[in-house]
Amino acid sequence: MSHTDIWLTIVFLALGTWLLRFSFLGLIGARRLPDWVMRHLRYVPVAVMPGLIAPLVVWPQATGGHLDPARLMAAATALFIGAYFKSVIGSILGGMATLYLALYLVG
Amino acid sequence: MSITGKTYWRGFRDGAPFILVIAPFGLLFGVVATEAGFNLLETMSMTVLVIAGAAQFAAVQMLVDNAPVVVIVLTGLAINLRMAMYSASLTPHLGKAPLWQRALIAYTLVDQAYGVSIAKYEAEPDMPLPRKIAYYFGVITPIVPLWYGSTMLGALAGSAIPDEYALDFAIPITFLALVAPALRSLPHVAAAVVSVLVALLLNGLPYNLGLLVAAVLAMMTGAKLEKWQGERT
Repeated sequence: MSHTDIWLTIVFLALGTWLLRFSFLGLIGARRLPDWVMRHLRYVPVAVMPGLIAPLVVWPQATGGHLDPARLMAAATALFIGAYFKSVIGSILGGMATLYLALYLVG
Repeated sequence: MSITGKTYWRGFRDGAPFILVIAPFGLLFGVVATEAGFNLLETMSMTVLVIAGAAQFAAVQMLVDNAPVVVIVLTGLAINLRMAMYSASLTPHLGKAPLWQRALIAYTLVDQAYGVSIAKYEAEPDMPLPRKIAYYFGVITPIVPLWYGSTMLGALAGSAIPDEYALDFAIPITFLALVAPALRSLPHVAAAVVSVLVALLLNGLPYNLGLLVAAVLAMMTGAKLEKWQGERT
């Protein structure tokens, strides 16, 4: 990881993110998108983020890419609390607490 | 106080509870970025210029993995695509605001600001434009400065946190926490399952292509199921 890479990432990610946020509000105005486009857009968060997380959970870097029971349990706890109680903070705290407890018990 | 002023403070009060979400999340980002090797200026520049927690965490993770910058930026933008939806959804309410205000609204359009504002606009669609704008800026007033501040605190504390705290796993946990509450219907769950399975199967592909394929297939799964459910009822 070079500092040039960090700065290039910051600049382009910042510009692109602002353009995404400005897109409709700034340029398209009040025209409506076709229903089929909206229907696909609704699933963007659940289509992108789980796929991003899955390899990190199943093959964690910290264990050299080996399946780790403590991390798996922590992920399951975070998923359950988040899905069931709809609480972002509860999910983060519950997941990290499970991770620490499991690492302490399993070693 | 004018009615517009009152609406601003109403927004402020409605945005304030999210301090509880933003502060720990910002703190965590500061810590994680610093642990990954960002200096203070880099961490703060990313937090101030991007203000999108999930994409920032993903970018840091991928920088650590030495992914190419193009791939990192595209992945971050894929995560932030939902913000184009927010933008579309707010346009009927705020689309007639002056350009500079729309530019500023776009800059601060984080998940919580969108969620709180759209709920208000849908409850009171006839609110005049100046009050809708005042409400929005009220909501972001407690949220945005706190995001900067908590990141800064985390960055300053970051290098003092030892490896035993397993902060490597804070990123996946935070993503899980953000996405889990969105699993509210069968199509959402099905999309998430497809995303996970395809991403794992195609994990070996270069440039994160596996994730892009997984995301497209998952979106199609969700949209198809939703349409199918709608036709059945």
